[in-house]
Amino acid sequence: MQLTVWTYEGPPHVGAMRVATGMTGLHYVLHAPQGDTYADLLFTMIERRDHRPPVTYTTFQARDLGKDTAELFMTAARDAYERFKPQAMIVGASCTAELIQDDPAGLAETMGLGCPVIPLELPSYSRKENWGASETFYQLVRGLADKTRRPPPAVGEAGPRRPRANLLGPTALGFRHRDDVVEITRLLDQLGIDVHVAAPMGATPADLVRLGEADFNICLYPEIAAQACSWLERTFRQKTVKTVPIGVNATREFVAEVCEAAGVMMPGAVDQGRMGWWSRSVDSTYLTGKRVFIFGDGTHAVAAARVASEELGFKVVGLGCYNREFAREIRAAAEKYGVEPLITDDYLVVEDAIAAAAPELVLGTQMERHIAKRLRLPCAVISAPVHVQDFPARYSPQMGFEGANVLFDTWVHPLVMGLEEHLLTMFRDDFEFSDAAGPSHLGHASAAAHAPAASAEPAPAAETAPAPAPSGRDDQASATKQPSGWTDEALAELGKIPFFVRGKARRNTERYAAEHGVDSITRETLYEAKAHYAR
Amino acid sequence: MSAGPASGCDAPPVGIDGILRERGQREVFCGLTGIIWLHRKIQDAFFLVVGSRTCAHLLQSAAGVMVFAEPRFGTAIIEEKDLAGLADANEELDRVVTRLLARRPDIRMLFLVGSCPSEVIKLDLSRAAQRLNQRFSDCHVLSYSGSGIETTFTQGEDACLAALVPDLPFTDAHQLMVVGSLPDVVEDQFLRLFADLGIERVVSLPARRSRQMPAVGPNTRYLLAQPFLAETGVALEKRGAVHLPALFPFGAEGTTAWLHAAAQAFGVAEDRFEIVTRPPRERARKALAAHRTALTGKSIFFLPDSQLEVPLARFLAGELGMRLVEVGTPYLHKGHLIDELAALPPGTLISEGQDVEKQLDRVQASRPDLTVCGLGLANPLERTGLSTKWAIELVFSPIHGYEQAGDLAELFARPLNRRDVLRV
Repeated sequence: MQLTVWTYEGPPHVGAMRVATGMTGLHYVLHAPQGDTYADLLFTMIERRDHRPPVTYTTFQARDLGKDTAELFMTAARDAYERFKPQAMIVGASCTAELIQDDPAGLAETMGLGCPVIPLELPSYSRKENWGASETFYQLVRGLADKTRRPPPAVGEAGPRRPRANLLGPTALGFRHRDDVVEITRLLDQLGIDVHVAAPMGATPADLVRLGEADFNICLYPEIAAQACSWLERTFRQKTVKTVPIGVNATREFVAEVCEAAGVMMPGAVDQGRMGWWSRSVDSTYLTGKRVFIFGDGTHAVAAARVASEELGFKVVGLGCYNREFAREIRAAAEKYGVEPLITDDYLVVEDAIAAAAPELVLGTQMERHIAKRLRLPCAVISAPVHVQDFPARYSPQMGFEGANVLFDTWVHPLVMGLEEHLLTMFRDDFEFSDAAGPSHLGHASAAAHAPAASAEPAPAAETAPAPAPSGRDDQASATKQPSGWTDEALAELGKIPFFVRGKARRNTERYAAEHGVDSITRETLYEAKAHYAR
Repeated sequence: MSAGPASGCDAPPVGIDGILRERGQREVFCGLTGIIWLHRKIQDAFFLVVGSRTCAHLLQSAAGVMVFAEPRFGTAIIEEKDLAGLADANEELDRVVTRLLARRPDIRMLFLVGSCPSEVIKLDLSRAAQRLNQRFSDCHVLSYSGSGIETTFTQGEDACLAALVPDLPFTDAHQLMVVGSLPDVVEDQFLRLFADLGIERVVSLPARRSRQMPAVGPNTRYLLAQPFLAETGVALEKRGAVHLPALFPFGAEGTTAWLHAAAQAFGVAEDRFEIVTRPPRERARKALAAHRTALTGKSIFFLPDSQLEVPLARFLAGELGMRLVEVGTPYLHKGHLIDELAALPPGTLISEGQDVEKQLDRVQASRPDLTVCGLGLANPLERTGLSTKWAIELVFSPIHGYEQAGDLAELFARPLNRRDVLRV
């Protein structure tokens, strides 16, 4: 047994629901007890979907056990077929139904339903949501794709045709999948390439039948589509484009890989967006070396680390993922940035790692947003799982050149702005402009956003800020132990150090004092330590 | 005011008692969901679900967001090795509980909460609780089932409170017990009213701290504050307590009837009752009047959710003049609801259980002005042009008593007002 409070991933049947809900003309009959319908609200509330997920739950109860749960399943499947007339159905069990072993797959096979039925085996006690989505999509592709289909001749009667690609991986409830598909479709169009089928999101079972007619596949979200892509590669000899186009550089490489797979010339000029210039412009100088902690699904985390490092000049101080299936990719990337890879689905471990790394920015999931809120660190969301506010009304892709623009804006926005940061350093004793006030452009909601750094050294901040301290800071301050061995003058000096390096300065000084047997930390010790670690 | 199914809707088959019973897909939460409010109510209790990843995901999704850093609930997720018999499930559970209590020494009461998988594999949590009680002297360990195969949504609270009753201390004092978890602000209002009425000894189940759970005995008279406490009622009666049947305290009339049942049982003079209850009753009526224009004559359809449906329908029809198209409830406790059922407009269609597809067909056929439903159904119904009220808000908000009567009406008026305001 594993003690869990908050989870990054749901059970595997929720992954299957993400695939089914993204598609049309597909229906999922889930053998499940009352209560498992909670999963509907993930889609209708968090993603604001205006249709119910295409899922029928058999809703068995205790009194049905050992009697007629199998009959219940068959009735539900028959009724669902009659009511929804889907092009295809998937059938499977949730965690409880797995235990009663009714074999939905076998039952459905004997029923002679009027459409293809694809059985799913999703082991609930060993696998999770992403795996479930991947397995479901793979089974659908394998079960439905017509193996006799091939792309039409490159040159037809009407002349040469445009190359065509399948865009694979987007699902319901995916982080910005909706906009990524639009952005990448637009980019491919600029390259003279058509999207043949985008799936699972937006596709019908009939679309999956004709997957073999594309020239190649683009694996947009490896967590979901890698397995299906590799089967398509084996079956249809379609090449797979594997570069995930998040960030300017990755998008450039994506374009190159796509052009090669499609056999088209690299275009001379593609609009590469503003991200590169925004990052090179002088206001962005202050972004240099910002310490960033990154956690999410493997693909988004690795991509974010690259963008942070290469395209924004941040320093990656932590990198990890919650989906063990992508541990290898995370390890490779972590080695590149010289950090310990963090592979865990225990958010308490992640919280400890973030606190220890003392980053200036956290890039994560909604879990890290909550962690960052508690630690009062700036944060931007880069990966599922996400909440309702991460499904914006506006167009906001993560992929492609427009996606890179979005990354620049959303990652830089939570930070204090360039010159303001310097003014804070110069006028840190100013009573209405102290660093405890937080970034000025974020309003009062983020007041004391940097309080942990500030409250770790309560005395100077409190003395120099006669304005009432935001509530909450008080609790923090009183809960924080006065460092033993710090003289008042040293504490006051520490308070003058900019908040974003203060925690580090404090730790370094204490380590220096410990290593050099200094009992009483004076102003001198502080600067000794600074000089020591500056080497 | 007219009642019954709107015209245009095929009359569904009803039983001889006039109640439509359906079974099929249910779009409701399971009993685990009650943990979301129970763990706030009992402030030193921890709720440990023994279940699957689905259970953990449900709690997280129903709670909406991670509100608390380390909430006082969690899930011991059963893994493959527990099922394959490689790990002794009881030993595993002991290990998890030991780790949990070491981490949270502030916990004084631990509920082991059964789930669908733990019920199906027949993990005996009551024996586990006994075993753990011997090991941990500082923490009282109890068990109940919140599984979806046995409980629907609010029945989880019923199971939890029923589990508390056998261990309550004995008293033969004459006392009034208010049963059902209420928001603290509402509970305090009621306690003040009972004090003003001169009822000296009034206790609440559950108490806010585990060490302050009330005593019970043959001279205990209890009022149910919630309509979903069937098992708790049975357990209390086993301890000798006597139920005071009444309307439930929703709206001015329900609250008055509820308080009056206690007043009568404790020999409170009628004039005193009048003096004490008139001012808040008048305030409630005034507050309700503000919402009457928005609600009178409007039709409402309740999909089954919390078992609050029948008392709320009675309130909306009786005090605000709404038309009841169908009152769906997951489970109908005719004994506890006897007064409520009698107070509904004659001919009101009541349905018990659910076949969600058929019920949604009836919703679309009758096109009610307002549909009360779960979160999974609200946006899809809104898309078809229907206004909806999330049922879960009725469970999470303070809605009982005089001072909340206006707020309760407002919860139903808000979606209608919003529809009128929007030009988009």
